[in-house]
Amino acid sequence: MRYLPLAFLPICVAFAIPALIQAQSEVAPDWSHLGDPHLQIVPRSEAERARVAGVTAPPADFSQALAFEENGGGAGTVRARMNADAFSQPMANLAFEEELDFRVGNGLFRRLWVSPPASTIASDGLGPLFNARSCQRCHIKDGRGHPPEGPDDNAVSMLMRVTIPGGPLSEIEGYLATQPDPVYGGQLQDRSLAGHPSEFRMQIEYEEIEVPLSGGAVATLRQPTYTMADLGYGPLHPDVMFSPRVAPQMIGLGLLEAIPAQDILAGADPLDADGDGISGRPQVVWSVEFDQPMLGRFGHKAGMPTLRAQNAGAFSGDIGISSPLNPALWGDCTEAQAACRTAIHGDNPEQNGFEIDEIGLDLVTFYTAHLAVPARRDVDAPEVLRGREVFHATGCAGCHTPSFVTHRQEGDPATSFQLIWPYSDLLLHDMGDGLADHSPEGRATGREWRTAPLWGIGMTETVSGHTYFLHDGRARSLLEAVLWHGGEAQSARDAVVEMPPEDRAALIAFLESL
Amino acid sequence: MKRILMAGTAMVLSTGMAAAQDYAGVLDTYSDIAEAGYADSLIAAQNLQAAVNALVSEPSAQNLQAARAAWLAARVPYQQTEVFRFGNAIVDDWEGKVNAWPLDEGLIDYVDGGYGGPTDENELAALNVVANTSFTLSGETVDASEITPALLEETLHEADGVEANVATGYHAIEFLLWGQDLNGHGAGAGDRPYTDYVQGEDCTGGNCDRRGEYLVAATDLLVSDLEWMAAQWVEGGAARTALLEDESAGIVAMLTGMGSLSYGETAGERMRLGLMLNDPEEEHSCFADNTHNDHYLNGLGVQNVYRGEYVRIDGSLVSGPSLADLVTEADADLNAEMNLRLAETMFGLSRIVNAAEAGFAYDQMLERGNAGGEMLIMGGVNGFIAQTETIERIVAALELDAIEFEGSDSLDNPSAVFE
Repeated sequence: MRYLPLAFLPICVAFAIPALIQAQSEVAPDWSHLGDPHLQIVPRSEAERARVAGVTAPPADFSQALAFEENGGGAGTVRARMNADAFSQPMANLAFEEELDFRVGNGLFRRLWVSPPASTIASDGLGPLFNARSCQRCHIKDGRGHPPEGPDDNAVSMLMRVTIPGGPLSEIEGYLATQPDPVYGGQLQDRSLAGHPSEFRMQIEYEEIEVPLSGGAVATLRQPTYTMADLGYGPLHPDVMFSPRVAPQMIGLGLLEAIPAQDILAGADPLDADGDGISGRPQVVWSVEFDQPMLGRFGHKAGMPTLRAQNAGAFSGDIGISSPLNPALWGDCTEAQAACRTAIHGDNPEQNGFEIDEIGLDLVTFYTAHLAVPARRDVDAPEVLRGREVFHATGCAGCHTPSFVTHRQEGDPATSFQLIWPYSDLLLHDMGDGLADHSPEGRATGREWRTAPLWGIGMTETVSGHTYFLHDGRARSLLEAVLWHGGEAQSARDAVVEMPPEDRAALIAFLESL
Repeated sequence: MKRILMAGTAMVLSTGMAAAQDYAGVLDTYSDIAEAGYADSLIAAQNLQAAVNALVSEPSAQNLQAARAAWLAARVPYQQTEVFRFGNAIVDDWEGKVNAWPLDEGLIDYVDGGYGGPTDENELAALNVVANTSFTLSGETVDASEITPALLEETLHEADGVEANVATGYHAIEFLLWGQDLNGHGAGAGDRPYTDYVQGEDCTGGNCDRRGEYLVAATDLLVSDLEWMAAQWVEGGAARTALLEDESAGIVAMLTGMGSLSYGETAGERMRLGLMLNDPEEEHSCFADNTHNDHYLNGLGVQNVYRGEYVRIDGSLVSGPSLADLVTEADADLNAEMNLRLAETMFGLSRIVNAAEAGFAYDQMLERGNAGGEMLIMGGVNGFIAQTETIERIVAALELDAIEFEGSDSLDNPSAVFE
C-alpha cells in the first residue's frame, strides 16, 4: 500500500536519474591520504582497534540499553539540566584551568561587538555589514536557531548563502566550482552600521503539504519559499543560487573534530557498492590552516575542516570581524561594495592588525570545542528501547551512525579516546529534491547534506523553546523532519509513513531520549 | 617546592582512606553553612524588601539611600553562598533567577540616549518595560499593564533566549536603585535620583508608578526565591539529602564547587575577561560599583567551605568538622599549603577592596594601560588559580580522583564511561 501524496512523485523521478548516471561514470576517489593535522595524535594500538570495533558494533540485543550508551559525549557528558542552560555547560572532564579558558571564551562568544572606532578596542570592528552582533545571538543558548516566527519576528538565527556557478577550480577531485555573488559576496547580511545600506530582508512563505500516515493520521509539512526583499545593492546575479541555513546547536563539536578522519571515511560508499541505496560521500576541502586537503566536518554541507576555520569564517561572514584566518577587515563585502571596504575598521596594532586576534580566536574555539553533551534520559524505558530497534530496523542508522571513538591525543585530554554517540556519519547524502537547495558547496551537490548529528535533539524544546529542525528550520517536529527525508533516505522515510503508529511513536520517543 | 609537596602527598596516600568515616560530619557542616548562608540571604533580602517598600511609598533621598544600603548588605551573605552553586545541581539550576548578569538594562527602564536603542543584537535591549504597558515578543503581543513577579519571571527573564535580558534578581534591583553608571572608566557609580519614584508632577524619568511596581515585584520575587532555596538546606531538605546520598561524591561536590568558583567563574569570566576587554561593563555589580566586594565575598565563600566556618550576619559562628580536618589527617603539610593559598587569595582580594573603598573603583581598574588596576586584579586572579592547583592536590590526597568515573569497561552499564 502506498501513501505517497502526488506532490512527492516528481521528486522520486528527479533524483533517480542523476543517481544512475553517477554510478556509471564515477570511480571512487582514494582519500586514504587524508589525515588529521589539527590533532596531536597518539596512534591507536591493535588492542585499542579491537576494543573500538567491539564497543561501536551495532546492538545485538535490543531488549536492554548498551554499556556507555547514556553518556553520549563520553566522560565529558553532563547531567541533563531541565532548563535552557542544558547546552551551555563545560565538559565534565575539563581541568579547572581549562574551565577558565572555557569561561573567558564564553565571554567572547556572548560579547556584543561594536562599531569602530570605540574606546573598548578589544571589542570593536563590527561589520560594516553583518547578520548579528555576537556569536550567541544566532546560537541562542548554544542551541539551534530558528526561522522567523512571523512577519514581525527577526531572522537573526538564520542566514542566506549565495553563490553562482563557476570560478577557480580546485585540485580536489569532484569539486563543484562555485563563487560568491560578484556584488553581494558569499552570504547576505541583513544588518549594517549607520551609513551603509543592509543587503536584504529575508521573507519566508510556507505552503502546507499533507502527508497521510498509517493508522489514519495526517502529518502536515510546510514547504518554504524565500524572497530576498529590499536588496540594498541592486540586483543579484541572474544565476545566483540560494542556500538558507539555520544556526546549528553547539554541543559536542570538539568531539566531532576528534573522530579519526579515516574512521569517517570507512563509512563512505560513494558508488553504493553494497547496494543499500545509501552512498555516503566525504566532503573534502582545502585547509588554509594546514595547507592541505582535509575532510570537511562542520556546517550543513561539511564545508569546514576544523572548528577554528568554522569560527573564523563565521566571525568574518556573520559579524564582519577579521581574524588571522580571515584577515579581510570588511568581512564579506565585495569590491563592488566600495564604501564598506573603505570604512573605518576595528583593526589595531595591539591585536596584530586584526579585529579579533589569535588569542581571542583560540579562546572562542576552545569554548566551542568543549560544550558538553547532556546525558540521555530514559535509556532503559521500554518504549525508548523499542524505538531504538525501529531506528536500526528502518535503516536510520545507515547514515545516523550511532557511535565513534575519538583519537587518543595529546593536547586535549577532554576529547581524547572518548566513546561518543553523535548519531551521524559526518558524510554527505543525497536527500532528494524536497530538501535540495540546488546550491553546491565543495564536493557537495545541490541535493546533498551532511548527516546532522542527533545527540541532544530531544533537548531542543527545553533549550530553545521550539522544535524546528533541518537546515532551514522548516520541520516543526521530529516527525516532520523525518518525513522530509528523501533521496537516499526515501525508503526509510516511506517505512516510517507505513509502519504501525505505535512503532512510529516509539521511534520518536527514542529520538526524544537523545 | 612543588615537587617536594607532591612527594609528601604521595607518601601519605595510604592513610587517606582512614578519613572516610568523617565524611558525614564534614558534609553536615557544609550543609549547615549553606543553610545559614541562605537563611541570612533571606533575612537580608527581607530587610531590602522593607526598605524598598518604604522607598516606593515615601520616596526621599534618605529612603533611597537606605534601600541601597540594604541591597549592599544583602550581597554580603549571598555572595558567600555562590560556592554552593557548582557541585549542587539544585543550586545550579536555580541561581540564574537571582544572580544573572550582565544585563541589558534598557529592557527594564530608561537608559541614556547614547546607549543604543533597539539593536539588531537584542531588540528588547531598549524595550523599557517601565514605560510600556504592551510590547511585542517573538511576534506576539505581551500585556504588561500590571508588572507582577510572574511577568518578570515567566515572560521577560531571558526573553527571546537572550541571556542579557535579565529581568529578575539582585542585578535588576541594583539597576533600579542606582541607575546606569555613565562614568565609563571614570570615578562614580550610577546616580538615579529618588524622584524617579515620586508619584505625580515631580516624577522624573516618567512612569514612576510602574518603576515602583517593578522594583517591588523584583524584590518580592527575590525574597520568594531565597525562601525556596533556604528550605532546601534545612534538615530533610532536598539539597541536603542529595548531598548526603553518596558521601564520597558529596566531598567531591564540595571541592568541585571551590575549584570551579575560584578558577573558571571568578578568576576567568568575572575578572580575567574584563581585563582582557578593558570594558567597564564587565564588572559584576556595575551600577552600584560593588564588584570589589563581590569578588572578595566569593573568595571568602571558598574559604568558609574549606575551614568549615561561617560568620553569620548576626555575628554568630557556624562551624564543625571540616575539609581542613580531613586534609590534616591525610597530610598536615598539604593543609598548611591550602591555608596559605587561601590567605594569599584573600590578601589579593582585600587589596582590591581597599583600593576601591579608597576611591579607585573596579571599573577604573579595568581601563586599558592602567598598570595599578591590572596588578590588583591579577593579584586576585593569581590567588584563585594557585589555590585551585592545591585543591587538585587535595582531590588526589583524599583519593577522590576516580569517583566521578564510576563503572568501567567491563560493566554492562549504560551509565558507565568508556576509558
